[in-house]
Amino acid sequence: MSSEAATADSVQEPSYIDVKSGFWSWFVTIDHKRIGVMYLIAILTAFLLGGFFALMIRAELLLPGSQLVTAATFNKLFTVHGAIMVFLVIIPGIPAALGNFVVPILLGAPDVAFPRLNLASYYLYLSGALLLILSLFLGGVDTGWTFYTPYSTTTDTAVVPAVAGAFLLGFSSIFTGLNMIVTIHKFKPKGMGWFKMPLSLWGIYATSVIQVLATPVLGLTLLLLFVERIVGIGIFDPALGGDPVLFQHFFWFYSHPAVYIMILPAMAVMSELITVFAKKHIFGYSFIAYSSIGLALLSFLVWGHHMFVSGQSTLANMVFSALTFSVAIPSAIKVFNWIATLYKADIHLDSPMIWALMFILLFAIGGLTGIFLGTLNVDVHLHDTYFVVSHFHYVMMGSALIAFFGALHYWWPKMTGKMYAEKPAIIMSLMVFFSFNLTFMPQFVMGSRGMPRRYFDYDPRFELMHQLSSLGAFILGVTLFCIILNLLISLKTGKKAPANPWGGTTLEWQTSSPPPLYNFPVGQPIPLPELYEYDGLSKDAEDGGWQYKKDAGNEA
Amino acid sequence: MSHHTINGHDAHVAHHFDGPQHQFDSGKLGMWTFLAQEILFFSALFVAYIVFRYNHPEVFAYAHKYLDVKYGAINTAVLIFSSLSAAWAVRAAQKNQQKLLIACLLTTILCAFAFLGIKYVEYKHKFHIGTVYGCNFAPSETPNGTKIDWPEAPKGQCRALKASEAKIVVEPPKAADGTPLEPGSPEALKAIAEADKNSTSRYSQLPPPNTSMFFSIYFAMTGLHGIHVLAGIAVFIWLLVRAIKGHFSEAYFGPIDFAALYWHIVDLIWIYLFPLLYLIH
Ligand code: HEM
Ligand SMILES: [Cu+2]
Repeated sequence: MSSEAATADSVQEPSYIDVKSGFWSWFVTIDHKRIGVMYLIAILTAFLLGGFFALMIRAELLLPGSQLVTAATFNKLFTVHGAIMVFLVIIPGIPAALGNFVVPILLGAPDVAFPRLNLASYYLYLSGALLLILSLFLGGVDTGWTFYTPYSTTTDTAVVPAVAGAFLLGFSSIFTGLNMIVTIHKFKPKGMGWFKMPLSLWGIYATSVIQVLATPVLGLTLLLLFVERIVGIGIFDPALGGDPVLFQHFFWFYSHPAVYIMILPAMAVMSELITVFAKKHIFGYSFIAYSSIGLALLSFLVWGHHMFVSGQSTLANMVFSALTFSVAIPSAIKVFNWIATLYKADIHLDSPMIWALMFILLFAIGGLTGIFLGTLNVDVHLHDTYFVVSHFHYVMMGSALIAFFGALHYWWPKMTGKMYAEKPAIIMSLMVFFSFNLTFMPQFVMGSRGMPRRYFDYDPRFELMHQLSSLGAFILGVTLFCIILNLLISLKTGKKAPANPWGGTTLEWQTSSPPPLYNFPVGQPIPLPELYEYDGLSKDAEDGGWQYKKDAGNEA
Repeated sequence: MSHHTINGHDAHVAHHFDGPQHQFDSGKLGMWTFLAQEILFFSALFVAYIVFRYNHPEVFAYAHKYLDVKYGAINTAVLIFSSLSAAWAVRAAQKNQQKLLIACLLTTILCAFAFLGIKYVEYKHKFHIGTVYGCNFAPSETPNGTKIDWPEAPKGQCRALKASEAKIVVEPPKAADGTPLEPGSPEALKAIAEADKNSTSRYSQLPPPNTSMFFSIYFAMTGLHGIHVLAGIAVFIWLLVRAIKGHFSEAYFGPIDFAALYWHIVDLIWIYLFPLLYLIH
């Protein structure tokens, strides 16, 4: 089929959306783009659900004492909120939804290395998600998303289905990582060596390494917890000589690297957004690339900073504290390189760029407060307070989720072929910035003054801080909902998206929006423009997007 | 400049690969990545083993005597042999020796079943004499065969056994030919006095506290390994069916190669489990 198509230059292939239709064409698809879209739908649904629980928590905390729910229900609310946001939203958010969609296109490949495994990952994800939801109907879980033993082995809430769900979600994540690793190794086109790859691929690659090497430990830990609940295997049971703290070690051996499963793809996206909208070559390419790998490796060595007060030896505490500080180096390398890229650049404030700039600010706060927490004597006071809650929301929501929304606005035209309304998108992203800080700044303050996390009631002196936080959360919730609405509305009323709406130099912008089934027209050469060189580009294509000037000598 | 091509001719090459070599290389890297995942999956159990053995060396020194080295050794040999037949299957496919290929796959499957059969015998014995994980641990004998009795466990309550609760069951005195001695006879009294002399040493043969921990680790590790053997059997049966249909040749043998790699890892893990559990000194 390839030889005929080569001559039919002008014939437009149908897009991946139009090529087939009907429920089954999606249900059993092995097209990475459709699978990416299906992930996106599931993730956004989970996000709305998780957000709903968050607002219930904030409503309960508007005043001291019991307002809406009982104390026991409160415990279930924060557990399910955390588990949904971590396992169903942020971990798969960029790699499985957006990464699935763009990684093969960035490589000029027709699909990921193992398309059927990719679909299997999706159904593992769905089954895991359904089990988590099922646990809600069986009375909920009250252990916190961390499932710490011995509480999780003794509480009479629905731990078993929740743990089984998280186990399946873990394997979904492992198989996605495996697919990405092989795809990036084996599908680079001629002319694209490792250091000619878009930086987002470095980020996804580093993420995948963590997914493959850290997640199995969580899998085994949850399996042991599962077996403990069913037959009482005893590994974590102190009454039988087992060790509940071992659970914490295992859990954080996964879950600290997991925070890099969340943030590395966010940084990956940042490295694209910053250069595209600054119309300037990324500063320090190889530093950014290596720092992704560095973060992935370092992330395996610092889990003990979650256990400073769990009875670790002083020596272990000191080593973990020192290693934790060293994580700041590769993180800061990235931030400095992004800022250097912005310096004297021609900055275009399109909505994805607004999210990118917000990311830099919020990640700086999240990362710096991480250093406070990594400081031994400080953490003894801050551990299990709202300070920690605020720290990880600055990195998980303020950074990872903000980057996810930035990436969503960046790739939405490519995925759907539609442009969303730009003005509302910008206004609402700024409102997110405002309300996010309103929600979480007060949490730093009250945390540092001793407000413990996961408490249903509080001392009246924290009332103002809690109310500011709840107010921010309500605005944030409504705004995020409207942002998703704005995107959805574009499906009906949006203008047709040009092939290259932002003037990007990476491969996804060199094919139509939305791309054809095999991403590029079959039989035709795939153009491979100079990466991050914007000189030849101008915004005068017939479709309203950017294109290379005809005389720029950029061979097609 | 390379052209965007979609594979449409070769039945054994998926559409998105450049050709058979590309597909094989991708599959192989995928399998190695999966095996890295497998090693990390087991690693947590090895860490748990280290922690518990470090904390309770006496438990490990005592409890491993419940395991039968003979069974462990036979199983080790069986698995190593099956690894050989799996590797041989790859070579047979590469050389297009269809009959040999089928024979090797079949041998691998049979060895895997033999392994599980022996494991079943071991497990069954453990449940029979009560050397199991968790609260149900209540051995009816010590490793050298002295019978013991435990007080009834309180209903619905998990409790760790204390050696002080154990009752050593002393058999009524018997003559050398096995006939019971007449109660009160001098021979009987002498035999009882003899048994009493040994009773302190018999008490020292009782399981130390937390002995069930050894069996928690034992069942967790060998159980997880057994599940991997089961998965391997499923994969090799699938390969056998395809081999009988003549799917494999020197041009297409990837799945056999990858399955054999997986099988070697399963074998390798057992090679660690055997000394760690059976051969403790
Ligand atoms: C410079 C980087 C970072 C440093 C130095 C750092 C340090 C720390 C420390 C020391 C704690 C433990 C506090 C305690 O429990 O007392 C902590 C908690 C946490 N961090 Fe970070 N962190 C960093 C980045 C991140 C990132 C990127 C994420 C997520 C995307 C993240 C998510 C979390 C979470 C979820 C917790 C709390 C977990 C829980 O107890 O539920 N951190 N961090
Ligand atoms: Cu951490």
